[in-house]
Amino acid sequence: MVYPFFAALTLLTGIAYAVGQRRAVSVADGRLADLHSLPIYHALFTAIGVFVPMLAIFVIGTPLVSWMAHSAALAQFDPSVQADPLRSGVILRDVASISRGQFAGNASPELAQAAKDYAATLATGGWAVFLLAIAAGVAALAASFGVIKVPFRARKHVERFALIVLGACAVVAILTTVGIVFSVAFETYRFFFDPSLSGKPTIGSFLFGLEWNPQAAMRADQGTISTAYGFVPLLVGSLLITFIAICVAGPLGLFSAIYLAEYATPRVRSIAKPILEILAGIPTVVLGFFAALTVAPLIRGLGEAYGLNVASESALAAGLVMGMMIIPFISSLSDDVINAVPQSMRDGSYALGATKSETIRQVLLPAALPGIVSAFMLAISRAIGETMIVVMAAGLAANLTLNPLDAVTTITVQIKTILVGDQEFDSAKTLAAFALGFVLFFVTLMLNYIALRIVRKYREQYD
Amino acid sequence: MTDITATPMLPKRVRFDSEEMVARVKRRYRSERLFKSLGGAALLLTAVFVVTVLLDIIYKGLPAFTQHHLVLDVPVRADVIDPKGTKNPEDLRSADYFALMRDALATAVPGIEGRVEKKRLNGILSSGAGNELRDRVLADPSIIGTTVKVPLLLSDDSDIYLKGKQTRVTEIPARGTAVPSATKGEITITSSGTEFADDVAVLKKAIVNRIAELKSRLTIVETRDPQAAEATSLKDEIAALEAHSSQPASAETLDSKMPSLLVAINGGLVKLSSISDSSATGTALLPLQSTNEAAPGKWSVVTYDKPESNRKTGDLEAAVLEKLRADGKVENKFNTIFFTHGDSRDAELAGILGSLVGSVLMLIVTIALALPFGVLAAVYLEEFAPKNKFTNLIEININNLAAVPSIVFGLLGLAVFLNFFGLPRSAPLVGGLVLALLVLPTIIIAARASMRAVPPSIKEAALGVGASHQQAIFHHVLPLATPGIMTGTIIGMAHALGETAPLLMIGMLAFIVDVPQGFTDPATALPAQIYIWSDLPEQAFEAKTAAAIMVLLGVLLLMNGLAIWLRSKFERRW
Amino acid sequence: METLKVDMTAAKRLEAERIAPVTSAGLPAKVVARDVNVYYGEKHALKSVNVDIPDRGVTAFIGPSGCGKSTFLRCINRMNDTISICRVTGKITIDNQDIYDPSLDVVQLRARVGMVFQKPNPFPKSIFDNVAYGPRIHGLAKSRTDLEEIVTASLEKAGLWNEVKDRLNDSGTGLSGGQQQRLCIARAIAVNPDVILMDEPCSALDPIATAKVETLIDELRGNYCIIIVTHSMQQAARVSQRTAFFHLGTLVEEGPTEKIFSAPSDPRTQDYITGRTG
Repeated sequence: MVYPFFAALTLLTGIAYAVGQRRAVSVADGRLADLHSLPIYHALFTAIGVFVPMLAIFVIGTPLVSWMAHSAALAQFDPSVQADPLRSGVILRDVASISRGQFAGNASPELAQAAKDYAATLATGGWAVFLLAIAAGVAALAASFGVIKVPFRARKHVERFALIVLGACAVVAILTTVGIVFSVAFETYRFFFDPSLSGKPTIGSFLFGLEWNPQAAMRADQGTISTAYGFVPLLVGSLLITFIAICVAGPLGLFSAIYLAEYATPRVRSIAKPILEILAGIPTVVLGFFAALTVAPLIRGLGEAYGLNVASESALAAGLVMGMMIIPFISSLSDDVINAVPQSMRDGSYALGATKSETIRQVLLPAALPGIVSAFMLAISRAIGETMIVVMAAGLAANLTLNPLDAVTTITVQIKTILVGDQEFDSAKTLAAFALGFVLFFVTLMLNYIALRIVRKYREQYD
Repeated sequence: MTDITATPMLPKRVRFDSEEMVARVKRRYRSERLFKSLGGAALLLTAVFVVTVLLDIIYKGLPAFTQHHLVLDVPVRADVIDPKGTKNPEDLRSADYFALMRDALATAVPGIEGRVEKKRLNGILSSGAGNELRDRVLADPSIIGTTVKVPLLLSDDSDIYLKGKQTRVTEIPARGTAVPSATKGEITITSSGTEFADDVAVLKKAIVNRIAELKSRLTIVETRDPQAAEATSLKDEIAALEAHSSQPASAETLDSKMPSLLVAINGGLVKLSSISDSSATGTALLPLQSTNEAAPGKWSVVTYDKPESNRKTGDLEAAVLEKLRADGKVENKFNTIFFTHGDSRDAELAGILGSLVGSVLMLIVTIALALPFGVLAAVYLEEFAPKNKFTNLIEININNLAAVPSIVFGLLGLAVFLNFFGLPRSAPLVGGLVLALLVLPTIIIAARASMRAVPPSIKEAALGVGASHQQAIFHHVLPLATPGIMTGTIIGMAHALGETAPLLMIGMLAFIVDVPQGFTDPATALPAQIYIWSDLPEQAFEAKTAAAIMVLLGVLLLMNGLAIWLRSKFERRW
Repeated sequence: METLKVDMTAAKRLEAERIAPVTSAGLPAKVVARDVNVYYGEKHALKSVNVDIPDRGVTAFIGPSGCGKSTFLRCINRMNDTISICRVTGKITIDNQDIYDPSLDVVQLRARVGMVFQKPNPFPKSIFDNVAYGPRIHGLAKSRTDLEEIVTASLEKAGLWNEVKDRLNDSGTGLSGGQQQRLCIARAIAVNPDVILMDEPCSALDPIATAKVETLIDELRGNYCIIIVTHSMQQAARVSQRTAFFHLGTLVEEGPTEKIFSAPSDPRTQDYITGRTG
């Protein structure tokens, strides 16, 4: 029903547009200037009048029909099955595949009947929605026919509608955040408090536990290893890699920014800026590949040459490359804030006989400090949330260590590891990923929020 | 400071010619130079890193753009592929073309006997070696019964071997006259010269080195744990080697942990298993044509430097490939499979088309959603939003959303689109939805910036001639802001194209062979494909991964280039 | 210190004597400009300026906007060096030393020639650190006590001590506009320069603050050679002893302030001070 519906929708809306325009021209009776609104607004008004109710009926009706079809299918089975979400889910999946003709194997008579009912409800409901929508469209068209008069303020109505659409688009951003918060918070709540969940941790043992082992005891023969959801090793891993990254990107990014802002000739800038932009544009999966296949073996080789025991997936390799990734981030933000320091500060310092580096170190950097701090905070947030580099170059084992040559795992790596592949939404293991996502979202949100506030304050200071 | 009683004094006028001051100024300039060079060094290091990444990837990826084929005359035997003689396309499609290839290869490399050896010989071909012929037969069934010259795709390991990535091959013409004892099986070659003396010396030296190496390893192991099993086995190995080298035996035995030594003689190839200064014994890999005496310069000693146990291509395969190459039957062609096929478990048959199409489908969804929503939201926030707490919240929210880790968007997609709305896993539709949400803030921010860059006088002029606020915006401001919006959108799309993490959450990390046909077909995306390949153990996939990265970077470069071009072409300074 | 050795060569000394270091009023000249031209890219901003500026006193540069008075002022401590397209020809000496001598170090020059800007520009540091900045970078204080003494003296001289002595650790940017400008003056005199350049120091201040700064300038003239650029003729008349009038990039005339304002010799000066141009 989807394609016919959209065909009908397009057709009726188009007709409405044409009719609205003709009608407006005809009521004006040759004196177009008398119309309050241009004919095009009457046309748009009519088109919107047809489009909105039709779409609304479809958007509300389709899931309704689908729900009715599901209940019709399940009506074949006894209530205990209907109440069990797992079994009813299986039935619905089978019913759907039978109706698509993709069912492999022999369906039981109940299932076959269910599929028949399902298909019948779906077809009837689909037609009902389709016809209802068309009826509504035609009715709206007829109604608008009477509304269009010379003094009718079609433009006002169209513009009000446009404003609502614009506002709704802006609200999408809010809805995204709400969606993120809702989805991670809900699953996180289940992770900690769902009574039907076995093996779930307490909030305390999650936040302060020193052992992370969600994979354990998935099968009976592994029974001796106990499942553990201690978040500390992941946090330490994330922070260790972030720390290494900041140690690389902090000085390099800041010094690059200083050089670009204060020393570089236009020629150097014209070369260096694109290079930094290229670096910023390299997808992290590429950097992860580089980290895993080039940097990690290099570090391992170097370490062994000095007699050090280096893990093949060392935190150092991931951290170094992640540091490289955030250099352009720090340098472009710092470049901006250094450039935002008013020229009069530089003049004041030079006029006292300070050299350039004295001016930078003692006047510009202190003046730009809030901006630089927030650049670092944004960079930290970016590093904590970065996934691909650590997935490819850091390890999976949750070692609680501060040694950069050891393998560590991170929050993002664990989210990815748990959620890739098939997962049931009823195991603590899957929900643990959402709990991690919740922590990640919360931490990065805080960092970003504070950093953006600092930046805003800083900008106000020099505006 | 307030307790200073004496009248404070200003310093005396600076005398810069004082020695102290001269030194001080010199010092200050030194630190100035140091500081400046630190800045330059930071920038240079960053540039070096970028160049290193790119060169490393190009170096790794370039070989994947060509593939080696065998070009053989293949008899298209009707009794194999069309026994019924119906030329029915269905039957022709499922016929066993590989059997034809096997036969053709056996003709090209005669004399390989033994089941294992034959299997190894066929192993140099890809399992898709017959595909080319199949396509030709399907296109033109009349070639059945004739003999055609077709390229046979080689396996990934053979391809890597022929690209010279596995071992160095050296061939030294012999100075003496040699006589082989047989044409196949176990062969002893006796030379009038001392062809093998150098190799014997090398072997003896290698054993000494090996003993030293094992001993140092033993010390390390023993300091950790003297009882370790490894220590015992090391001791045994050392003892055996020492016993061996203490006997001044004239013959040395070669094993698979040492470089392979072979003798090319009388059109055949003998793999040596033991050598003395002037004679060697081994098995024939490729049979000899005769047991005739070979004159100096007519036979040679061949060395494969890398020990056989350390490479994927064994001596037999290497020998066959070398022979085929010498016969001019190997061709290195542009790798079209890489651009025309989906994923495969066989590296030589794997391509990026599936993931590329997946990415394109995803980007279509993304741009179809993110562009209108982003621009309209920007128009609202920039022009129509009342300044109140709610719009302020939206502003803060958009800025923060731009910095939320992408993997969190993946969680959103998993929980909301897959579980709540029940959309299919691995579908470009869902991927596009998630990426649209991901780039929405970028587009809103870019669109607002470019609208703000349009001078208010334009809007005022429109309002002044009686346009409504919306007319002024949609007729005048928005068209003028379009280049900026397009630039921002392209950059956002480039960002979306390279994004991987959220796609992993919604099942786009799957092994999908078929090229997706629609928005709800299971698909993967180019960066996800890169990740999948990078995780595979086969060596050939490393080059494929790098090559896929080159394609990805090429597309990104193109998109960014387009953005820069748009910006420079339409940029207006007001 | 190659610079100063080179400077003492006979040739240089002869040259220095040739450009009579005595002002038209017979006072010993501190700053001497000979045939100074300034170009901003293609634009010829300052045309052949010759002037002798005496020590111990206030010289005002007046003239309509864009006449080159600020440009010339910025030549005296080579602030124009920071503008890449700016080119200066001719010769300016301070105490007979050519300040555009390539071997002369601009850092040393600026320590001897302080500058106060149009808009107060205290550094975002504490009041104490603002004043201590110059002495610190030039190493003028041997100890913390020395430094405190210099800061106190500078703030006292700038007439700011009583207002800020209890909050030396507060940020300099928290002061009022007039206080900020006096802080900048204190910052300039903390290194005890020979010459102080002031580029419209009161244009961003209210009348009360302006009066305070003017009083301060008057107090300082006994110890320094002060050059002030001003767009206000009243101010020039109030604070300066000598006045130079610039017009369209040329120095029209220079002389005792009373004479310039009462009996200018050039009709352009006449027009300007009577308000016909400007």
